[in-house]
Amino acid sequence: MSITYLEAIREAQYEALREDPSVFLYGQDIATFGGAFKATKNLSKEFPNRVFDAPISEDAMVGMAIGAAVEGARPIIEMQFADFSSIGFNQIVNQAATLFWRTNVPCPITIRLPSGGTAGSGPFHSQSMEAIYAHYPGLVIVTPATVEDAYWMLLDSVKLNDPVIFCEHKFLYYHLKADQIGDRELPIGKARIARPGRHATIVTYSAMVHEALRAAEELQLDGYQIEVVDLRSVKPMDTDTILASVARTGRLLALGEAFPWGGVTAEIIARVTTDGFHLLDAPPMRLNSKDTPIPYHPNLWKSHRPTTSTIAAALRRLLRN
Amino acid sequence: MYLVALASSINCAETDLTAEFRDQFLLTYQHMLLSRVLEEKLGSLYRAGGRIVGGVYLGKGQEAFSAALGVQLRKGKDIYGPLIRDQAGRIAFGEPIIDTVRTYLGAVTGPMRGRDGNIHRGRPKEGHMAMISHLGSLLSVVAGGLFARRLAGRLGDSIGATSIGDGGTSTGAFHEGLNMAAVEKLPIIVSIANNQYAYSTPNTRQYACENLVDRAAGYGIEGVTVDATDLASCLKAFRAAVIRARDGGGPQMVVGTLLRLAGHGEHDDASYIPDKARQGPSARDCLQVAEDYARDRGWMSSAELRELNEEVRRNIDQTVSKVSKEPAPDPFKENWQALSCAELVEGQHEA
Ligand SMILES: Cc1ncc(C[n+]2csc(CCOP(=O)(O)OP(=O)(O)O)c2C)c(N)n1
Ligand SMILES: [Mg+2]
Repeated sequence: MSITYLEAIREAQYEALREDPSVFLYGQDIATFGGAFKATKNLSKEFPNRVFDAPISEDAMVGMAIGAAVEGARPIIEMQFADFSSIGFNQIVNQAATLFWRTNVPCPITIRLPSGGTAGSGPFHSQSMEAIYAHYPGLVIVTPATVEDAYWMLLDSVKLNDPVIFCEHKFLYYHLKADQIGDRELPIGKARIARPGRHATIVTYSAMVHEALRAAEELQLDGYQIEVVDLRSVKPMDTDTILASVARTGRLLALGEAFPWGGVTAEIIARVTTDGFHLLDAPPMRLNSKDTPIPYHPNLWKSHRPTTSTIAAALRRLLRN
Repeated sequence: MYLVALASSINCAETDLTAEFRDQFLLTYQHMLLSRVLEEKLGSLYRAGGRIVGGVYLGKGQEAFSAALGVQLRKGKDIYGPLIRDQAGRIAFGEPIIDTVRTYLGAVTGPMRGRDGNIHRGRPKEGHMAMISHLGSLLSVVAGGLFARRLAGRLGDSIGATSIGDGGTSTGAFHEGLNMAAVEKLPIIVSIANNQYAYSTPNTRQYACENLVDRAAGYGIEGVTVDATDLASCLKAFRAAVIRARDGGGPQMVVGTLLRLAGHGEHDDASYIPDKARQGPSARDCLQVAEDYARDRGWMSSAELRELNEEVRRNIDQTVSKVSKEPAPDPFKENWQALSCAELVEGQHEA
């Protein structure tokens, strides 16, 4: 028996619905059809009148979740693709994110964003939106990289009394498998050392964790031990774990699949250089996608995003400095 | 409050109007008057400078339409999402005027604690949603509250209501929200105050249909229009809409035609509104129309009106003077946390 990242997301929603009658699901094609990716397969059958097909109205979907949360519900909103959350952007950043601070009423909503690139998906079905949302106060942004995290962090997100942007990576949906879901290990807000090392640190999250691990394997052949830090949540960002890792290695590569301007990798570098400049033996490096929309053809797409080989090349440069 | 005194002196002669209607009319009129005088006070505080930071946005001329909806709602039972011009509706819903004054003055004792101001206020747990500035975005939120209640089996006969202006109807959020509310068949009143301008933009630059109510058909909902300067008509229209919504009729659109008798905000002289419009029928002052209506029917004497006016003014002056003595927010006491889960709040990462 094994379970995929996608199945873990379904299972977590099953469990959330089972545990708490105030949980409901609202999103396009998620009821009988089970969702564009089947992340809600059979849930409408198992939980009648708890899983609803939404009109194509991302703004209204999020707005309705906010109103429902005020009334004590804990809605999970599925965006069909992260990219379309831009239509719900206003409700997310201005209504959900400000509600508690303005009115003292918490806003426990979870918005699932099928994120990131897959070959052939093109500019509007491939985006990584975490940095956009992380910029705004009042939101929690989680970016699970493992099957266990997909499961436990989704359950934790639903229980959290604040709005959570749950960035689940489509590339991991079917590829990533675990034998079973183990015990819950870390809470939201804590990073994980995905691989210990002592020559350089890669700080990354989501699907890039796996590219980073493969690059670390490659560097091991050259005799380098690369530490990989999986952020798990980009907001809050576990700065302590990052700094502790850089203290061990003296070298930092901040890695992300999102566009290069600003964003999570820039935030990592900013935090390390302001709080841990003295820990660095070499200038820190960043690796992101290219600064263009995300291309359609696999040849272009593969060169647009960081890959094992571009990460390995970056590490070699970092280690030479 | 004042109603008891007024109603007891009434000799209800008209046969076509019930005593209940008369009572609601007089009660609503009092809300309108309180709103008008309170807003005049806010305007003068603004012009005096110093006390009110930021703008002042008044509902002068829109009190009848606003309060006629608010008065149908039951605080603690119904969900109300008022907007810019709804001071009167908020009072009618049961918001104490001290919440208004505290929010305008940024007092830490108010519902928004100095974190937000003026019209951006509410108490969501009491069913009074706190609007954000982004027009159109409140409709889906009110709908969501009703949706959750229905799921939890505790919708009962509660309804939702929200307002918007002619300009706000052009937003995508308004369309998405109303369409969703219609699909979900939620008991929600959507009141559209067509005051013919959105800031300075006239209706001709806002929409191309004949009347905004024509859109109701497109959403598959019922819609009516009403002369929003006439309190009696407004009350009847909203009463009927509320009954239809409670009876499972789904969303109800009520479009009122009127003119705002003030600038967009107190900084604005509304010079873009031509004299012709200012002299037209929708420029009638709804407060005056209501007064005449009540006096003509012997529901209120001029002396009673004067007395009421004085009492309202005393009440407002006392409230403003009380709030003026209250503490302003202290940045050192502010916790600066936007999340309710304190353990997830990030350090400030400042130099
Ligand atoms: C989405 C959005 N765009 C712009 C504004 C700025 N704005 C505030 S009020 C207003 C005019 C609103 O007109 P209308 O909806 O007709 O309401 P009225 O002020 O006439 O009552 C504008 C443009 C806003 N608040 N929200
Ligand atoms: Mg207008």
